[in-house]
Amino acid sequence: DQVLHIVPETFQQVQHLQQLCSTLLLDLWKPQLSEDIWAGEDLHIRVPAPLVQEVKDSLDQHMIFYKVLIPDVQKLVDQSMPRERSSHRQVSEGYVYTQYHPMEVIYQWMTQIQKNNSELVTQHYLGKTIENRTMYYLQISQPSDKTKKIIWMDCGIHAREWISPAFCQWFVKEILQNYKSDPKISRFLQNLDLYILPVLNIDGYIYSWEKDRLWRKNRSSHMNGTCYGTDLNRNFNSSWGSIGVSYNCSSEIFCGSGPESEPETRAVAQLIERKKSDILCYLTIHSYGQYILTPYGSTTKPPSNSEELMHVAKQAAAALMGKHGTSYEVGSTSSILYSNSGSSRDWAHMIGIPFSYTFELRDKGTHGFVLPPDQIQPTCEETM
Amino acid sequence: DINGVGQKYHLELVLEDVLDKDSTVNCTAEVLYHLGNNIPPDVQFTIEGELKNAEEADNIFYNRIKSLEKELVAENIPDSHGNVSPEMEPVHLLAWVASGYVIWQNSTENTKFQLAQIKRVKQVKRSDEYLEFDYTILLHEMVSQEIIPWQMTVLWHPRHSVQVTQDSRQPKHASE
Repeated sequence: DQVLHIVPETFQQVQHLQQLCSTLLLDLWKPQLSEDIWAGEDLHIRVPAPLVQEVKDSLDQHMIFYKVLIPDVQKLVDQSMPRERSSHRQVSEGYVYTQYHPMEVIYQWMTQIQKNNSELVTQHYLGKTIENRTMYYLQISQPSDKTKKIIWMDCGIHAREWISPAFCQWFVKEILQNYKSDPKISRFLQNLDLYILPVLNIDGYIYSWEKDRLWRKNRSSHMNGTCYGTDLNRNFNSSWGSIGVSYNCSSEIFCGSGPESEPETRAVAQLIERKKSDILCYLTIHSYGQYILTPYGSTTKPPSNSEELMHVAKQAAAALMGKHGTSYEVGSTSSILYSNSGSSRDWAHMIGIPFSYTFELRDKGTHGFVLPPDQIQPTCEETM
Repeated sequence: DINGVGQKYHLELVLEDVLDKDSTVNCTAEVLYHLGNNIPPDVQFTIEGELKNAEEADNIFYNRIKSLEKELVAENIPDSHGNVSPEMEPVHLLAWVASGYVIWQNSTENTKFQLAQIKRVKQVKRSDEYLEFDYTILLHEMVSQEIIPWQMTVLWHPRHSVQVTQDSRQPKHASE
C-alpha cells in the first residue's frame, strides 16, 4: 500500500479526486472527509497495493501532480510494532521461526509440536531449574523394533545466546517438515533418535528477556543472596575448577560451589550418564564466534579419536560454508579459543561419547549476542 | 618475541566495509604488546589502496543532527532483538569506531573485546561546529566473558577524524 501526497490545483482536479476516492473507496488520511478536499490544500490518500497503478494512471491522465509520501505502509507498521509477547496464535503452523520467542511461548511450542507430530515426537521431563521451572526435552524417534543410537543436542546453556534456542526450534521444525520427503533425513531417522533440549538454562533465558539482555549464567543465589549465577558450562565434572574459571560468584565464568552443583547441570548429566552407551554424538549450541569446537578445553592433550573428530568437524564446516559462504573455524577449544574446564562437551567426551562438539554460531562480533532476527534464517539454514 | 620489550606480531589482513561486503582492502600491520601489559600495544599499519569516501552520508548525518531542536538521546542500540532503526545507524557506527580506540587502549595478548551494545547515548550541546556525544557502551570480553560498561565522550565532524576525548571504565552496575 502507498500513501500519496497531492495538492490539487483547480476545482476540476478536486472534483476528479473526490470521484476517484468514492468510486475506489480510497482511504483518506488528510483531510478525513472528501467534502473537505480543497484546491491548494494538502491531500494524503492511502491507496491499496492492487490499485496503486490504476490510481497513478488516472492522476497522470488528468495532469494531477502527486508525490509518494509513504512507499510501503506495511513496512512502517511492522517497524512501529512492539514485539509480540506470548501469543497462542504463534504456535503450530503459524509459528514464526525467524523471530526470537520468550520462554512461555517456547513451552507452548513444545506442547504443540508433540501434539501435531505425535507419531514421532514425545516430550520428556528432564528436571527442574534452581527457580523450580520444569526442563523438558523432545525426543524425535521413528517407531522401529531396533534400538537406535542417539544424537543429543542442547541449546541455550548461556542465557544471552538467543540464536541458540532459535536454532533448536528451527532444527526440530526442519526435521518434522521434511522427514517424509527428504531421503537424507528419513534415512537419518531410520537409524538414529534425536534428543533435543531447546533451552537448558531456562531461568537465565527468562532473566535475559526481563531484566538483563546480556546475562549468561543461571540464577542460583550465593553469598546470602548478594550474588547470582553459576556458569553452567563450567559446572560439569570434567576437570572441574582447574582452569579458565573463577571461584568468585561475581564472575561470568564462576564454576559453582562444586562439580554439578547446579540442578540444571545435574538434570542433563543424569540423563546423559544413563543413556551414554547409546549416545553417538553430543552437540551443544552456543554463540558467538563461528566455531566448531572439539574437546578439550581443559588441556591441550588431544582426545583419543581426535583425527576422526576433526575430520567430521571439517566436513561440517565445509558443508556449512557451502550454504551462505559463512566460514567457521574448527579445532579444540584450548587451541583456538581459550582454556576452560567443566564444559559439558568435555564431560560428554570423557564419559565415553565419541563425537562431542560445541557449535558457536554467528556472528564474529559485529552483533555478537544481539544478532538481528533477519539472520536467524540464514544462520539456521547453514547450520542445518 | 623481543627480549625485554614484549611480543611483536606481524599481520596480514583484509578489511571489509561493514556497509558493503564486497568492498575490501588489503592491510598489513605490526602489533607490539609490551611486557607487563600496562601500556597499550603499539600498532603500525599500511593500507593498500583507498578507503571508500563517505562524505555524502557523513554530511547528511551531520546536518540532520545539527538541525535537531533538542539534543539527541537514545538507549539500547541495538535493541534486545538486534534491531537498529535507520536513524540510529550512524550513531551506532560512530560508537563502533570510537569503541575501537577504547578497545585498542585496553587490549593485551589475553583479551578479545567486542562492542556488545550502546546502553545510552546523549548528545552534548556545543557552540562550535563539532558534534559531541556522551556514550555508555557495553564491551564484551571473550576470555573472561565479562560485560564491561564504559563511558566515552566522542567528538566528530565530517571533515575531521573521530576523537575520543574522555573515556572511563564503569563499575558493573552502572548499566542498570
